Amino acid sequence: MAVNRMFRTCPSSGLVFHEPAEKLMRWNAVVAVVMLLVGGLLAIGVTLTRWQAVHLLPPELFYQVLTAHGLNMLVFWIIFFEMAVLYFAASTLLRCRLATPGMAWLGFWLMVIGALVNNYSVLRGDSSVMFTSYAPMGAHPTFYLGLILFAVGALIACFVFFGTLVVAKNERTYHGSVPLVTFGAITAAIIAVFTIASGAIILIPTFLWSVGLIEHIDSLMYRTVWWAFGHSSQQINVSAHVAVWYAIAAIVFGAKPLSEKVSRTAFLLYILFLQLASAHHLLADPGLTSNWKIFNTSYAMYLAVLASMVHGLTVPGSIEVAQRKKGFTHGLFEWLRKAPWGNPVFSGMFMSLLGFGFLGGISGVMMGTEQLNLIIHNTLYVPGHFHATVVVGTTLAFMSLTYFLIPVLFRRELMFPGLAKWQPYLFGIGMSLFALFMMGAGTLGVPRRHWDISFAGNIFTHEFPGAAWLMMTLMGLSGLVAIVGGGAYLLITVGSVFLGKRIETPGFAHVRAAEGVTREPKPVAVAITSHGGGTGSFAAPGTFVLAMVFLISFVLYYFVNWKYLSTVWPLK
Amino acid sequence: MSAIQPPASRVWWKEPIDRVEIIWVVVALLWCLIMFFMMPYWHIFGEQNLANEAYRTTPEAYSKKAQEVVDKYTVRTETDQKIPVVAPPAGSDVYLIARLWSWWPVLELEAGKSYRIHLMSMDWLHGFSLQPENINIEVHPGYDHVITVTPTRAGTYSIICNEYCGVNHHTMLSKLYVK
Amino acid sequence: MAESTRTANLEDEVPEEPVPVMQQLLDNPFLLLFLGIAMPTVLYIVWGVMEIVGVPVGK
Repeated sequence: MAVNRMFRTCPSSGLVFHEPAEKLMRWNAVVAVVMLLVGGLLAIGVTLTRWQAVHLLPPELFYQVLTAHGLNMLVFWIIFFEMAVLYFAASTLLRCRLATPGMAWLGFWLMVIGALVNNYSVLRGDSSVMFTSYAPMGAHPTFYLGLILFAVGALIACFVFFGTLVVAKNERTYHGSVPLVTFGAITAAIIAVFTIASGAIILIPTFLWSVGLIEHIDSLMYRTVWWAFGHSSQQINVSAHVAVWYAIAAIVFGAKPLSEKVSRTAFLLYILFLQLASAHHLLADPGLTSNWKIFNTSYAMYLAVLASMVHGLTVPGSIEVAQRKKGFTHGLFEWLRKAPWGNPVFSGMFMSLLGFGFLGGISGVMMGTEQLNLIIHNTLYVPGHFHATVVVGTTLAFMSLTYFLIPVLFRRELMFPGLAKWQPYLFGIGMSLFALFMMGAGTLGVPRRHWDISFAGNIFTHEFPGAAWLMMTLMGLSGLVAIVGGGAYLLITVGSVFLGKRIETPGFAHVRAAEGVTREPKPVAVAITSHGGGTGSFAAPGTFVLAMVFLISFVLYYFVNWKYLSTVWPLK
Repeated sequence: MSAIQPPASRVWWKEPIDRVEIIWVVVALLWCLIMFFMMPYWHIFGEQNLANEAYRTTPEAYSKKAQEVVDKYTVRTETDQKIPVVAPPAGSDVYLIARLWSWWPVLELEAGKSYRIHLMSMDWLHGFSLQPENINIEVHPGYDHVITVTPTRAGTYSIICNEYCGVNHHTMLSKLYVK
Repeated sequence: MAESTRTANLEDEVPEEPVPVMQQLLDNPFLLLFLGIAMPTVLYIVWGVMEIVGVPVGK
């Protein structure tokens, strides 16, 4: 089969796109956004039902919609987008041809078919088992089959990614080590392989059980192995969105990593330890000992949390250094105040960082503490936490990247630029408040995945405190703001990609390259590129202050919850 | 070189790290270790821990034990469904059954006394959520999960199921009394 | 498709200092892939499954 060696160089960004890779990135990104649209429409149903003043959907439909919402958002939207990110980080950043585009297309179509089959199963009405599909609560066989097909497709795409790394190495399209963003993508891809393998180990037997070929699935075994798939899939997101943060810092500010060594070692800690924390879903379960629980839930002594705290310093730190070089040196925070808050690529990325760290990270580590978990397991606190991590963290970061990709990858002008300026705020702030109020309600005991906390018509009654009901209302309202923000993103994106004004480049042409891509001439004055410094004062003092604020918040919130636990009935 | 380009120097491992960056890493590491050691610390000095006591068993064997306790210690029944209210002696084994979509029986305990509460499901996963105390434990079919609780305050508590278990999940509610 | 002849004219690396072991590890995506799969497989899955299988049977 002839190898396609056609490339184009983007005139605005200087990035070099391999023709097949470009097509794959576009298609994966577009399908991702379609899944986001589906998930977003479903979100309306969920939000307006849990806000019981509206209580929009009847119970059966609510549980069905909630199942579909989880799957389309946590799996389909995010992983399709991540495939585009992987191809970008490999082929585009390494300036090489994508390995075996044919296989990549096979992977893509398997993912599409899998997503359709899985959605079909939920549409049938007999597979409202939530994303987690805990056996022995069973779904229709197509539920598992769809996920398995999707997973196989994603695995193929990951192999194409690794293959592309080999191509780049062999064809010597870059010198030395891969860029940091590519390294972040490698981290994501590694976790993805483990995720998918775990998914296969548990979903294939469960599928066989659903068609009657296996008699019994142990509920504890299922939960333990499933979460190796379920939570690790979210760790793919963490690695990917951190890589996106670095990319945006580079794209918007020309920021340089403070230290390649520190950032890459942090990613290494992710590779080694991030996946262990799936154990935090099993802290309230029988049968597993505290030894296993404590070691795993802590990501091995919280070394992966250390890594996140490192990225939390180095990403904004690199932006601060770049800004200070541009002259924003007045006081501790001029660099931040005068940052381009009107540029949605930046504003979304920075809110993603703050939201993921402060709301998502702190709540997550608290919840993942063996004993503290008892006070919030399966309450609304849990979705509160993960809307902060996956939505304000990952989804908002991906949204920000989209604003860069529309002109650079799709060669379209951004439609509704005024709206685009506000979109990250609508979505980011709305979703952050949504998460916060969910966590508040959860702290007061409100359960997750629950249709009616008033227990109307029940033989027994339970009265949640008034504050809990207030939280639910505020949650509903913020949810609507976030939905509007999400809708704005969809409008802008779909509009621009399909109807936006094409950006014409005079003299544009695809150029056939011989193996590898010719490197641009080396810049002459290399000496100016310094990393950090180590010469006296820290180059990013404002960031250090922010980091300390984060640490203090973390410490306080953490111990407040231990205090809270100590007032609960003694248990042993 | 920025994060989207290869590092400028071939060997970047030896580049010096800013002192304040190192301070942050050390401080963060210390905090991580503190958080890690809090967990075993609480096992030794804290009062709220899971027992790590669990057994594999069958629905029949478990129901039998639950029925024995109900036969011996029922003090009254509640609601039209005549759900037994059980007042077991302190220190004894009490069996709570979770099933689609109810908890059985209802427990009536005494403040300041300890009880070995067993949790198991007859069918699917359920969530034992004791409110407003905020104790949340996972209940499995086939696994007898044992916790020793000491209620501290008298009152009426609710047991809400918070592990989604199908279309009537939200109707799964019971009470727990502490005298 | 193995390509051994190259037509692009890239400057070859000037003989340089040896790459430290840790950097060699970080520069090797396949070694990292192996570690990233082996670690959680053993520490989370295998260890966890062993514990589950070891849950005693009730009397």
